[in-house]
Amino acid sequence: MFHRLLLAAGLAIVLASPARAASPDEISALRAEFDRKFQSLQADYEARLKVLESRVQTAEIKADNAQQDAAANASPPPVSSNAFNPDISLILQGAYIDRAGGERPITGFMPAGEHAHGERGFTLDHTEVVASANVDPYSRAFVNLALADEEVEVEEAWFQSLRLGHGLTVKGGRFRSGIGYQNEKHPHAWDFADNNLMYSALFGEALKQDGVQVRWLAPTELFLELGAEVAKGQFFPGSDGGADKNGAGAWAAFAHVGGDVGIAHSWRAGVSYLRASPREREAFLDDINDFEALTAFSGRSSAWLADFVWKWAPDGNPRQRNFIFAAEYFDRDEDGDLLCQDDSAAGGACLGLTDRYDSAQSGGYVQAIYQFMPRWRTGLRYDRLDGGSVDLGANGAFFDSADFDPSRWSLMTDYSPSEFSRFRLQFARDKSFQDDPDNQVILQYIMSIGAHGAHKF
Amino acid sequence: MKHLIAMSLILLGLAAPAARAALNVLSCEPEWAALAQELGGDLVEVSSATTALQDPHHIEARPSLLARARRADLLICTGAELETGWLPLLQREAGNARIQPGQPGYFEAARFARIIERPTALNRAQGDVHAAGNPHLHLDPRNIARVADGMAKRLADLDPANGARYAQRNADFQGHWAAAMARWEQQGARLRGAPVVVHHRNLSYLVDWLGLAVIGELEPKPGMEPTAGHLAELLETLKATPARMVLRAAYESPKASAWLASRANIPAMELPYTVGGSPGAKDLLGLFDDTLNRLLQAAP
Repeated sequence: MFHRLLLAAGLAIVLASPARAASPDEISALRAEFDRKFQSLQADYEARLKVLESRVQTAEIKADNAQQDAAANASPPPVSSNAFNPDISLILQGAYIDRAGGERPITGFMPAGEHAHGERGFTLDHTEVVASANVDPYSRAFVNLALADEEVEVEEAWFQSLRLGHGLTVKGGRFRSGIGYQNEKHPHAWDFADNNLMYSALFGEALKQDGVQVRWLAPTELFLELGAEVAKGQFFPGSDGGADKNGAGAWAAFAHVGGDVGIAHSWRAGVSYLRASPREREAFLDDINDFEALTAFSGRSSAWLADFVWKWAPDGNPRQRNFIFAAEYFDRDEDGDLLCQDDSAAGGACLGLTDRYDSAQSGGYVQAIYQFMPRWRTGLRYDRLDGGSVDLGANGAFFDSADFDPSRWSLMTDYSPSEFSRFRLQFARDKSFQDDPDNQVILQYIMSIGAHGAHKF
Repeated sequence: MKHLIAMSLILLGLAAPAARAALNVLSCEPEWAALAQELGGDLVEVSSATTALQDPHHIEARPSLLARARRADLLICTGAELETGWLPLLQREAGNARIQPGQPGYFEAARFARIIERPTALNRAQGDVHAAGNPHLHLDPRNIARVADGMAKRLADLDPANGARYAQRNADFQGHWAAAMARWEQQGARLRGAPVVVHHRNLSYLVDWLGLAVIGELEPKPGMEPTAGHLAELLETLKATPARMVLRAAYESPKASAWLASRANIPAMELPYTVGGSPGAKDLLGLFDDTLNRLLQAAP
């Protein structure tokens, strides 16, 4: 730029000079001077142009590279061998619990699982480890381990077919049964900090099956799914004794229908049936001396379940507000023999008799969860069980006949900073243990790290 | 006898499927349903799993979707982890071998598009980051053209008898699309460099294509709901670096936009985001026409 100014100034001087008559010598000298300057400027410009040209070229190369980058972007990124590692996630769920201590079984119901002793104070509960991946083009495998002190429980470990088509899916291994609505949900996906009384009474936590499940989805507009399971049957309401045989110790069948109503509502309803054949299923029952008597049941346990869930979100977009209503009901019959071991030496009432045990019991829960603004939800649940009829035969003399219907109200509010974390405060008025209602407070956290999979409807 | 023959012919006529569409297509998002309709015409029967008023990240694999996935010949989704929260479940539980990942019946648009905003580090402290880059790729019309080529080929693979028709329809579409893009780019030229605030990074491709300048985002981290504290900070930023407008998608809550826009005294503009997101966004052309109109209206 500066040079161009000089040149212009030079020219201006030359052009301005005719005002004064210059001698031919002076003019030729000036011209020579001008020519020299002009040539040097020209050389200078050419050099600059070359620099500019090379700059443009580099820019073009860069642009080309960028395009190639973009092309590379479009193709999948390079893979390393650890890309074959399964998706792994860990779920932490701990709580502070304020409730009555001691054994508090659900009155009138055979305790499912070992302990009815609820933890209180600070608790880590279980830590879940989940891993899943496709095995090959034909199947997928999933493992869920629950870790607690000195204990690893295999919650689930199964493979599932991917390529059968025709609406068929087969699952094999240990899996949560497809019966009911809540059964397949792991505790971190529950809408309350604890289990509903129905599932506590029926299964302890949830029905696990070691066996095979076949599901078929109908090719219809309406969602219609049929499923059947055959399994070992060692988990409550089955027992290890009942499972110790060739063939199946338990089987289940279920049917689900569902669909949408407009864009904002969706629903699912189902019925399920479960049959198990426990042998010498052990349970402690409080006798008339308030002594924990060891009993063993052998016979047939069958249960019907009905479930219904309805979800609403404005425009079908649950991000801001949504509402979930769920209700389930069960009816269980157990027929067989009950042995109440002779514990008279230790102060118990039982005399080692084996006699009939026939029970017909039912119950259910109703719950509603409302997300009233992003991150915040509140929910109300009502549990009620019907003690029904329990015929203990000759052993009936050793037990109080419990004319009692356990029930509980629970109210919760939870706050989820993101979809991977949740804090929950829950109050409950628990009347599941006769003559000793309890007010409970639970403050819970759920944290999920790693590749967390999708949850079912 | 004649009556009997006539009757059976009528019955046969009723029983025979009335001019069935060749392919049953289920798309994860409305934009791909619209594109499949453009390319397939009456050869395809298309439905979308979501609407423009639903957040494609947060959908449930609800029973009606499973029933639709069960019957689909072709499942078209964005991919790039946009649908990780529900699509895998849909594919696994539908009992439909055709739409499994890796099968010709599963088409991922992201494989054919130019992907931007690939994260350099993966940490959930950064919010909902997608490892594969920003998946909201359809708001760059150049990506639509790229995906259309891939989709037309896939339709022809699945329905070879009509292969030539898909190719022809794609050629027609590409012609119209190129002309429309030239028009939009001309209209949008004066938006180049316009400073804007966006709700979420679902508008990044639009921003990138039109050369808008993003001053800030309403979400403190991608996927996290806007907070009062973050909005107040953003308002301070806007005092030093003013923006021309606050942009959000039709499915996003208007609250945060309205709050910021009224205090910064700039327009809050709802964009259709995808087909069906506004009365004007009836198809893909309408989507971009309406989006451009709205942007130009907000930045006179």
